[in-house]
Amino acid sequence: MTTTTEQLSATTLLRFATAGSVDDGKSTLVGRLLHDSKSVLEDQLEAVERVSADRGQDAPDLALLTDGLRAEREQGITIDVAYRYFATARRRFILADTPGHVQYTRNMVTGASTADLAVVLVDARNGVIEQTRRHAAVAALLRVPHVVLAVNKMDLVDYRESVFAEIAEEFTAYASELGVPEITAIPISALAGDNVVEPSANMDWYGGPTVLEHLETVPVSHDLTACPARFPVQYVIRPQTAEHPDYRGYAGQIASGVLRVGEAVTVLPSGKTSVIEGIDALGEPVDIAWSPQSVTLRLKDDIDISRGDLIAPTASAPATTQDVVATVCHVADQPLAVGARVLLKHTTRTVKAIVKEIPSRLTLDDLSQHPAPGQLVANDIGRVVVRTAEPLALDAYADSRRTGSFLLIDPADGTTLAAGMAGESFASKAEAVPADEEGWDF
Amino acid sequence: MTTAAHPHTESGSDAPYALSHLDALESEAVHIFREVAGEFEKPVILFSGGKDSIVMLHLALKAFAPAPVPFALLHVDTGHNFPEVLAYRDRAVARHGLRLHVASVQEYIDAGKLRERPDGVRNPLQTVPLTEAIQQLKFDAVFGGGRRDEEKARAKERVFSLRDEFSQWDPRRQRPELWQLYNGRHAPGEHVRVFPLSNWTELDVWQYIAREGIELPEIYFAHERDVFRRNGMWLTAGEWGGPKDTEPVETRLVRYRTVGDMSCTGAVDSDAADLDAVIAEIAVSRLTERGATRADDKLSEAAMEDRKREGYF
Repeated sequence: MTTTTEQLSATTLLRFATAGSVDDGKSTLVGRLLHDSKSVLEDQLEAVERVSADRGQDAPDLALLTDGLRAEREQGITIDVAYRYFATARRRFILADTPGHVQYTRNMVTGASTADLAVVLVDARNGVIEQTRRHAAVAALLRVPHVVLAVNKMDLVDYRESVFAEIAEEFTAYASELGVPEITAIPISALAGDNVVEPSANMDWYGGPTVLEHLETVPVSHDLTACPARFPVQYVIRPQTAEHPDYRGYAGQIASGVLRVGEAVTVLPSGKTSVIEGIDALGEPVDIAWSPQSVTLRLKDDIDISRGDLIAPTASAPATTQDVVATVCHVADQPLAVGARVLLKHTTRTVKAIVKEIPSRLTLDDLSQHPAPGQLVANDIGRVVVRTAEPLALDAYADSRRTGSFLLIDPADGTTLAAGMAGESFASKAEAVPADEEGWDF
Repeated sequence: MTTAAHPHTESGSDAPYALSHLDALESEAVHIFREVAGEFEKPVILFSGGKDSIVMLHLALKAFAPAPVPFALLHVDTGHNFPEVLAYRDRAVARHGLRLHVASVQEYIDAGKLRERPDGVRNPLQTVPLTEAIQQLKFDAVFGGGRRDEEKARAKERVFSLRDEFSQWDPRRQRPELWQLYNGRHAPGEHVRVFPLSNWTELDVWQYIAREGIELPEIYFAHERDVFRRNGMWLTAGEWGGPKDTEPVETRLVRYRTVGDMSCTGAVDSDAADLDAVIAEIAVSRLTERGATRADDKLSEAAMEDRKREGYF
């Protein structure tokens, strides 16, 4: 039996998030996924069995595997996003386990912001409800590449194909309209274990993959390397030692694309140009590097570059702007009003900004727009126009989740107020719908 | 059971630009180190001489090469440390030209500011010297080697975790953490705990140590040691308070999975004498790292959460 370092390192990583309403069985699904994929170790299971028995429950409550805080265990609800790690022979997983209960939007936004895939859970008895549409909309807005609809509690509807087919059809139509690129519907019973890790013996009409099988095989996109290169400067490395008296390197993580030695680059916002003389990949010189590698660039010319600047190929440098039009998810308790003075953090750059306009607020339930709400409160999603004190090299979020996203921060107490996505909101056919028509094109 | 790598469908035609799992984790951790260097005035790395802090130091060295690491180290010395680990700590400091601050639990006990617990366990006593050192030396960012896979309360921890002027963690009032945009804003007196290894698992840490050829204290590898049984764990006999008359000492072949205070860190029976053997052992272990070796986590269901709320790392 050999499980060598080489083999385990070669497997890819999938980051995914779960979303579901209270009592849809989300914690049970996560517990089942961990348990049936043998990712729960004996001491963890023993602790769950002990607590379940103390409470007089017949079977181990798998939800206890994930609800880690005192208050969560007391109340039987999930309060905050938790991150879980598990691996199969084919892939490694980072699961952002997001609560469906209170503060759903901001928690799901947190989990979905880094996810390659979102699992939206539905109770087969209830079908697509308001919460389901909300989850689909958030996944679409955050541009999560893959969405899985898990129709749970199939055991309570006699494993009927017609129930599943109807829900899958309704959800797929809705999510497609929002521009979700790929939707996979799977009928499951998290409690009984049907189609979570093991194929179900109760639904032979279903020919698709189990949840785990899908998670293991869904392609993890490397699209970031196909985008134009973006290199936000994090830190200037100047050793000033006897050994390296003249070394001057710009440290950062390649946000998208590929960089090569010899490439002509432009530094933004100054607009100065130079050529990449060398790339140091954590101490080792290389000719080529790509996203999301952390590297250090050396340029031919000695120009003024500091943290917050963006280095991009001269051939495909982004435009800079001081007027940011974006969709934001409001994540703080204090409201965000027109006229608010805030800080805007984009890549490694933090600048002063003012909220000029809030043209609309979205009602996720029916995707209708409410014009000029004046302010946004916790969990609201709205369009904003923000004027910044200095120019930003901002891409559209549709082109890059990394260089199209930003935070709005309260300068008084440092609170993260809002998660921002520049440019168009949903990926759907926005042009096809007249702006004044009822719908999600707000 | 041999597991083949899967170079096919997953990366498709973009395969040349795929990044291995360990490279992705390394890149993310380096990004976190550089963010802190760029945004904070006086960061410090918590360094215990354990494998996680050793990996942190290695990542920091890579992040700023060829310049030196722009942070000092802070060691909370419980007074019950393994001598091999202290020796390693001092070697590392000397080799990399680092500055070391030591917060000493023993000094606090001697000064009457902390009282020895009846069970002799000193791990929970670390919180006061740690938080006072942070305040007195005015550190505004404190790197910890905590990983979310360690424990269920840790699974809720952000990469950037704001602590108030009392160093307290309030799990219900954490900032949302979106994309890779870490918000390190804090008021004077507050600080941010930073966890660059958040997304690493125990196995990742060991595989990375193997790949990078990182030296570790010898106690991580199988060796003969005088131990005795307490609370289901093998503890090292020593002046810290063990064994009692009812706890016979045995010489056993053991190693450590974690390195902490001697009074509450247990050894595991093992013949894994090198990195490959350790990795093979971890890959099939049916016990978590902390479940196998940490007495203080077994005190209650929420022991870690309670300690973290008070300022523990």
